[in-house]
Amino acid sequence: MSLRPDLAIIARHVDPGSRILDVGCGDGQLMAVLRDTRQADARGIEIDGTNVSAAVARGLSVVQGDADTDLADYPDTAFDYAILSQTLQTTRAPDRVLEELLRIGRRAFVSFPNFAYWRVRWSLMWSGRMPVTPALPVSWYATENIHQLTVEDFRRFVRERGITVEGAWFLRGAQQRGAAAANFRAEHAVFLLRR
Amino acid sequence: MRLGAAAWGTKEDVATTPSTDQRFGLARHVVLPGPLLLDGGASFGPVEVAYETYGTPAPDASNAILICHALTGDQHVASTHPITGKPGWWTRMVGAGKPVDPARHFIVCANVLGSCLGSSGPASRAEDGQPYAMRFPVITIRDMVRAQALLLDHLGIRQLAAVVGGSMGGMQVLEWAATFPERVRAAVVIASAARHSAQNIAFHEVGRQAIMADPRWKAGDYYGAEPPAAGLAVARMAAHITYLSEAGLTEKFGRRLQSRDAKSFGFDADFQVESYLRHQGISFVDRFDANSYLYITRAMDYFDLAEEHGGRLANAFRGTRTRFCLVSFDSDWLYPTTESRSIVHALNAAGAPVSFVELSSPFGHDAFLLDVPELNRVVDGFIRAGEA
Repeated sequence: MSLRPDLAIIARHVDPGSRILDVGCGDGQLMAVLRDTRQADARGIEIDGTNVSAAVARGLSVVQGDADTDLADYPDTAFDYAILSQTLQTTRAPDRVLEELLRIGRRAFVSFPNFAYWRVRWSLMWSGRMPVTPALPVSWYATENIHQLTVEDFRRFVRERGITVEGAWFLRGAQQRGAAAANFRAEHAVFLLRR
Repeated sequence: MRLGAAAWGTKEDVATTPSTDQRFGLARHVVLPGPLLLDGGASFGPVEVAYETYGTPAPDASNAILICHALTGDQHVASTHPITGKPGWWTRMVGAGKPVDPARHFIVCANVLGSCLGSSGPASRAEDGQPYAMRFPVITIRDMVRAQALLLDHLGIRQLAAVVGGSMGGMQVLEWAATFPERVRAAVVIASAARHSAQNIAFHEVGRQAIMADPRWKAGDYYGAEPPAAGLAVARMAAHITYLSEAGLTEKFGRRLQSRDAKSFGFDADFQVESYLRHQGISFVDRFDANSYLYITRAMDYFDLAEEHGGRLANAFRGTRTRFCLVSFDSDWLYPTTESRSIVHALNAAGAPVSFVELSSPFGHDAFLLDVPELNRVVDGFIRAGEA
């Protein structure tokens, strides 16, 4: 089973033996990889009960909860890494969730779909409709993505908040793209952050 | 004496059961010298414990799993009940091919202190040869756990692979993890709470008052005479409502009438739900002692794990190395999901490895005893993760 490209990047850059919290961990795919290949002490939060059951059934420590409300329970720097993959744009208060991530984790991995990817721009410009792309496969009325953002939005946000970017990776499918034109050419972005 | 294990099932089961050790098997009973230092201040002993074991202990007994039963439960977790003749109360969780499996685990289930199926309780005889009745000391959930710890010492079990329980059983699991953290590798807490709420206490008080208002109760001294069956039946009826969901009751009974075409304009059990509750009450009194009901409900009402640890629940789990798994049910209003969540919050604050899921079920609190395949999947995965 191959990992989603953004998860593969995260998995490659987690130091072995780390304590990690995967916020929005789904059925625990990344956690299982981190546990098995990086000897990580992995914990997860997931909002969907079926996903939680699947993760627990594979032996992972996962708590059913909501990134918007339940991160406050964790002590400061309880984890080496807090991971938020493809979840930021689904939260009600992404700014608060990011602050919580950087409080709980010494570092945070954040991955999200880039709304300024050229296909998204193209779709909006030419059809005048909300884009449905491989990275954004769900129609406007059903999508969980309530806070869409672009690579440039995110860069500006972390700059304004004084957050340090330790690493950034940009993807189209499984292929990496350069940072220079990332806001145009990248479908997905992965950032490694620290306070 | 015939070893109880023979009654467990197949020939293979018998073959893998140590046939010589009288401590192991079904329908076991032991008198332990104690004494138990109780939370109420009394010193209690000797302590009688009725229990059952299933499966075979590993040489170091590292495969031992303790099952903790609920308020009116007993040690017959997966064997026929001696009074009702019904199958064990948790055969969905414990048995061949189940999450707790005698082929892999050495399973122990003991009747709690204060109960009436063979362990020391108000119906037991005191030193003067008479039943304790209300002379029995008021006990707590922690006292029940201390008595179980004595039993484990007797059985040669130093550390448990897991402690598993629902409802009051879950309270014992939490108390095990808090009181004997080094003896518990994994804790499974299902449909439970870390304290009794005002509403929980209120419902229990209704039950106790029903018993004590029965003239046959006689301040608890009814042994050898007619027991306060009417009061105990009403207590059970009131409690039983709290085990079910409103939607479940509506679906099962609605406003349907019981074996009649029209209302009787009297006070017979016109409605099916009345008939059902009366049956629940009446059948309960055959298998349970009214004084035990008073003592155990009191123990549950006194339960507040945070209070035992300076008012902060996280302190109960500080430095723990136990793995935790909590499960709640969306239709359980007796111990609702918020109670499980507050335990999860405390475990997170203590840095403990914890899993938690709220499962969907129409059955209310009773769901933990019923057919919820997702529950088995979760518990099975959680327990197996500790065996890798």
